[in-house]
Amino acid sequence: MTTMTERSSLIPAVRPTVPADLPTVVERTLANGLRVLVVARTSVPLVELRLRIPFTALGADNTAQAELLAETLFTGTAKRDRVEIATAVQALGGALSTVVDADRLAIVGSALATHLDPLLGILAEVLTGASYPDDEFTGERDRIVEDATMALSQPAVIAREALVGRMFPGHPYGSVVAEPAVLAGVEVGSVRALHAARISPRGAILTLVGDLDPAAALGAVEAALGGWAGGEPESMPAVPALTTGPILIVNRPGAVQTNIRLGGVARDRSDPGHPAQRLANTIFGGYFSSRLVDNIREDKGYTYSPRSGVDHYQAGSRLTVAADVSTDVTGPALLEIFYELGRMAVLPPSADELEAARQYSVGTMALGSATATGLASTLSGLAGTGLGVEYLRDHPAALTKVTAEEVLAIATSLLAPTGLVGVLVGDAEKITGAVAALGAVTTVLAAPAR
Amino acid sequence: MTASLPSPAYPLERARLDNGLRIVLAPDATAPVVAVAVHYDVGFRSEPEGRTGFAHLFEHMMFQGSEHIGKAEHPKHVQAAGGIFNGSTHPDHTDYYELLPAGALELALFLEADRMRAPKITRENLDNQIAVVQEEIRVNVMNRPYGGFPWISLPPVAFDTFPNAHNGYGDFSELEAASLDDAADFFDKFYAPGNAVLTIAGDFAADDAMKLVERYYGDIAARAVPPRRSFAEPVRADERRDQLVDRLAPRPALAIGYRIPDPDTDLTGFLAHHLLTDVLTSGDASRLERRLVQVDRSVIGVSSYVGTFGDPFDQRDPLLLTVEARHPVESAADGILAAVDEELDRLATDGLADGELDRVRARVASVLLREADDALGRALALGAFELHRGRPEMLNELPKLLCAVPGEAVAAAAAALRAQGRSVLELKAGATS
Repeated sequence: MTTMTERSSLIPAVRPTVPADLPTVVERTLANGLRVLVVARTSVPLVELRLRIPFTALGADNTAQAELLAETLFTGTAKRDRVEIATAVQALGGALSTVVDADRLAIVGSALATHLDPLLGILAEVLTGASYPDDEFTGERDRIVEDATMALSQPAVIAREALVGRMFPGHPYGSVVAEPAVLAGVEVGSVRALHAARISPRGAILTLVGDLDPAAALGAVEAALGGWAGGEPESMPAVPALTTGPILIVNRPGAVQTNIRLGGVARDRSDPGHPAQRLANTIFGGYFSSRLVDNIREDKGYTYSPRSGVDHYQAGSRLTVAADVSTDVTGPALLEIFYELGRMAVLPPSADELEAARQYSVGTMALGSATATGLASTLSGLAGTGLGVEYLRDHPAALTKVTAEEVLAIATSLLAPTGLVGVLVGDAEKITGAVAALGAVTTVLAAPAR
Repeated sequence: MTASLPSPAYPLERARLDNGLRIVLAPDATAPVVAVAVHYDVGFRSEPEGRTGFAHLFEHMMFQGSEHIGKAEHPKHVQAAGGIFNGSTHPDHTDYYELLPAGALELALFLEADRMRAPKITRENLDNQIAVVQEEIRVNVMNRPYGGFPWISLPPVAFDTFPNAHNGYGDFSELEAASLDDAADFFDKFYAPGNAVLTIAGDFAADDAMKLVERYYGDIAARAVPPRRSFAEPVRADERRDQLVDRLAPRPALAIGYRIPDPDTDLTGFLAHHLLTDVLTSGDASRLERRLVQVDRSVIGVSSYVGTFGDPFDQRDPLLLTVEARHPVESAADGILAAVDEELDRLATDGLADGELDRVRARVASVLLREADDALGRALALGAFELHRGRPEMLNELPKLLCAVPGEAVAAAAAALRAQGRSVLELKAGATS
């Protein structure tokens, strides 16, 4: 006992850190509907740009068109060809890239801060006048078909596709990577039409963070993007209710590991239970100090990087549990995961576990907004779900009040193993016996590479 | 004419304790966070024959407990203080780091000092981490297409000696043969305070931090520091080619390795090669993107970089500039190689286009500024510059150094790639149908 006290007293206490002041967000909504958020942050002479455009993908054709739109958005305008656009952006010390998912199209960029005006000029030129030249489109389409084929050969991608397909059958969230065969059939006309319909300032949010004068930056945005016009965004259909059922084994003969994925329903960020949910997930598998890592990595050595997380989407939030385990311990690993889930669902966490998860969540939120890039991405993501900068103050405050009983109450619905669906990608012949001992199983063959 | 570019101007202080530990302090109060990094001057190039993967396995063991810290408690202390942590093993160093709220600086310094004194390694923990590392190798190499390509598979084509050529992740049987004696020897030889750099970046007062450093590190006993080995190999005159079959890959891939100048003896030439990678494959206006993706349409993607993991400044000579491409089955490797040769020849003969160097420099400088805005990125870069070059100031100086590289040097770099015997590795797609 004496030894313990002496030992722990050697470990220095953590002094309280005075939180950073809440960033001052200067905001304006232009007449065309574009919402603009600007934060001056002078630590580096750069500006970070994030543009989110609501972009509801409705079905496989739409997803494939959206993917090709994102890949060819910067391949030409009436004024400039692909190389001229890229040359102009690079000369600003800049970069502009496009990513799209079922909910939104995002343009992510940066440049030396002195070059904000020309960066906005190029952005506006593309948003209002991307021409999708026939030849560039055809070349990129062929390339993206090959690229998607390679992506779909990665076990992590196979597992994600199988899980979202299992969770959201028939819904746009039910697939992430467009099918190569569908991509190959997309014509440039449909992409131009999609641009006309969906690349719109209505509901779009532009976030700028950097070494800039907010008033001047707002003026520059107004001048560059005030003339951009478009219609109202489509809304995402409600997600189907999750139906539990047998564990799906996607057979990948010869696989030396099994990709275990479990999925469930989670609460949105606006839900009063969100702070407790965050801590429940953290304690279970949301960080290295979690029960999941302690058990199947640090104690059993079954896996390298087991984890769980909550993702928030426009039409609902979801929990994912993931572990890639050696084929021969698939059954034992699944058993331990179910055990840890069950323990979360029926027993409260210890006071130490709760406090550690709380401090981690509060601390890492502060780390995440300590850089211009981090702050820009954080504010843009929050704005996209209707939350403002106050979240950076209010959410940590809410986290400090969460009790062990509240964590248990949330975990009972979030983490109960009976409420989750499961997908395993692995060698069915070797793993089915042990998995079937733990629950009902159905097996499908992994799609072969094309 | 050379455009001037904004440079970082982080104030730096350097110190050295009596036991040889080098200290780099970079106070900056932009955000209430602090990063602590410890770089040890040992990477997988230094691991003994018969023990491939040992440097990386030992990195895992540094999280398994030390005098005052139990197994896996290091991460728990850091995370319960609101911080993040990790470690990584490179060819010529191993780093350990934390990024935390500023009030946790003393805790992080204590934790790093405790394991610098000695990790507490048991047979049980060693067996556990051998299993974890094997799962890491399965997930990153064996169970996925293109796993370890080309960082594991190109070095044996490009190099002849064990340190440069072997697999840094390690052979399973050699990992399993690791003993407690191996760990004790490795620690004793390479983890001396005189073989390490401690870097602190972020929101702290330098005087206060130095007092804490003296308190926690001052009484760590000095030990002999191994002399820095040379891993030099001659640059070959003749091309060497090899191929492998990846049974999981649906499309072929190609990696070309070129030797580049030693930054310690020819910094300008080295930086010219760094700029060359941006001339070749940074964005739609770069030369290989234009040629291979847009004109020939012979590749699905192409990239080029200096250094094993794409960081030009985190290892020493000898190192490679790698050009990497994935391509459709119909597009033959020889055609891609010929096009790369043509583009390098064109650069070597005609030089850069008007404005090309300025825009590439502008982008490179802006990427450097962006990485340095993160206290952790700053600490890792400063530590690597101190360890490998003895000049943490290079973080602030790089934009100016890059501006001083003339276009002729970049053209000469392209010519130098063409003049040597390159190393070519073809990955054959075993999963086409």
